[in-house]
Formats: sequence, C-alpha cells, structure tokens
Amino acid sequence: MNIDPSEIVYFEWEFVRITATLVFTWITMMVLAVGAFFLTRNLRSDTKISRRQNAMEALFTMINDQIREISQDKSGKILPFAGTLFIFILASVLLSLIPGFISPSGSLNTTIALALSVFFAVPAYGISSQGIKGYLKDYLKPTWIMLPFNIISEISRVVSMAIRLYGNVMSSSIIVGILVTIVPLLFPVALQLLGLLTGVIQAYIFAVLSVVYISAAIRNKDNNLSESNELKEE
Amino acid sequence: MDSMTIIGMTSIIVAGFTISIGSIAPALGEGKAVSQALASMAQQPDESSTISRTLFVGLAMIESTAIYCFVVTMILLFANPFWNLVAG
Repeated sequence: MNIDPSEIVYFEWEFVRITATLVFTWITMMVLAVGAFFLTRNLRSDTKISRRQNAMEALFTMINDQIREISQDKSGKILPFAGTLFIFILASVLLSLIPGFISPSGSLNTTIALALSVFFAVPAYGISSQGIKGYLKDYLKPTWIMLPFNIISEISRVVSMAIRLYGNVMSSSIIVGILVTIVPLLFPVALQLLGLLTGVIQAYIFAVLSVVYISAAIRNKDNNLSESNELKEE
Repeated sequence: MDSMTIIGMTSIIVAGFTISIGSIAPALGEGKAVSQALASMAQQPDESSTISRTLFVGLAMIESTAIYCFVVTMILLFANPFWNLVAG
C-alpha cells in the first residue's frame, strides 16, 4: 500500500522528478486559476449580480469575517495569504472525490511546503508591521531565558502543522483502501464522507492556525501601546 | 529466527501498541473538551459560534497527538526504514 503519492514517479530525468504529487498539485492549481479567471468575468457592483458572483462574494465574506474575528486585525493584510491556503487545501480535498484523483495534501511534501510558507510568512508579516527590532524582541518576551524555547516552538510548529494535515488526509484514504478489500460495498462511501468532513475541517484548522500565528506576530505592538496607555492613565 | 522475521514481528507488534496506547489519551481529552464545550454552550447559547470555533481548533490540536501515532504506525507497517538494513 502507498502512504505517499510521491512514491509514484511518472517521469525522471537526472534531478527532475515528476511525481504524482506534483502532477495533481498542478491540476488543482489549474482548476483554481481557470475557475478564478472565469468567476471574476463580468463583475457588477449594482444589486443585480449573477449567481457566480454571489457564490464568490459569500466565500470571500466568510473568510474575511473569520479572519477579522480571530485576528482582531482590521487591515485585511492576512486575507490573501490565509485565504489562499484555505482555498487550496479545500480544493485539493474536495477534488479527491473524483475517482483517480489523489489529493496532493495527502503527501508529506505538499504539507511541509505549505507549513514552510507559513513559517516564512510569520516573520515577514511581523517585520512589516513592527520592524525588525520589534519583531526580534518578541523572542525575548517574558525573559531572555525563553529564547531557545521560543525558537524551538517556532520550528516544532511547522512540523506539527505539516504532519497534522498529512496524517488526517492520508489516514482517510488508507482507511478507505483497507475497507475496499474487506467490505467493498457501501461502507467505503460512508467513510469517504467522513474523510471529506475531516479534510474540510483540516483546511479550516490550517488556515485558522496560520492566522493565529501571523496575528500573534503582528499584534504585539498594539498590545504594548495599549499597556503603556493604561500605565499612563493610572 | 533470522533478522528479517524479528524485524517484521517487532514492527507489527509495536505498530499495534503504538496506535492503541497512543489513542487512549487523545480520546479522553477530546471527550472532556466536547463535554465542557456542550455544557458552556447550554449555559451561554449566544456564544456558541465562538465556542464551537475554538472547540474545533482545540480538537484538531488534541487529535494531532493521535495522528502522530498513526503516522508512526503507518511508517512501521508500509514504509519500514529497517527493511533496507536486511533486505537489500
């Protein structure tokens, strides 16, 4: 049994390896890009909007509201990053309903890449909002003794995010694979439904966690300001 | 017993122990979290959206410990790194 679609290699030439993960990631990207292109044609700002625009606005409003509630950040800077993560993982999970499609988020390579993008986005957002000095000060936050632990938590966060998404998506496909050999009729469908539910929740969790981490890097400055204001008032 | 048999046997036994012991604590923790969340939702129905969102995130965090055990089990069963030492 295959626990990672990267083990299926379609094409290999020196250091270039075209694996199933890569191909299905490209398919997902293509579906998203073409879908986004066609959905954003003929956008209108009056009250008579098309059904496509309505669906897209509903999705956008949902993501935006969730991010605002979690991060308390009004600027909307996190939306492009976290929204893309959510839509990509959601699409790659939902497309796995199509027979023969292997979800790219069931591969450790994809999930590590996604987690690494969060890993690099956190300092990028942090530095852009409070400067290099202000961001680096966060690592010394309670005391300087916590410095190694802060660095460790930064790294272990990547590992846990990657393995959580990989394990959840991979486990549902493995369970369906095992059940097909035991009870081939109807039962795998029910478990595939359950796998779909877990996949959607994991997409949500991944996006929420990235929002939480980024907003923790952004927010510190405002907290300090409010704290110093409170001190002055006292 | 040659070394291949020993590796296969220990891998299968340890895989079973890993997933069974490793899923006890997350199951207890998730049950506790859900019961607490339901109790607080019954007390404050207005806050149910915030509670359920936090609950889902928390459940995923708790569940990840069980998922780590599952990944280790799957590696032991289907992608055992110790096979390459004896079966080359």
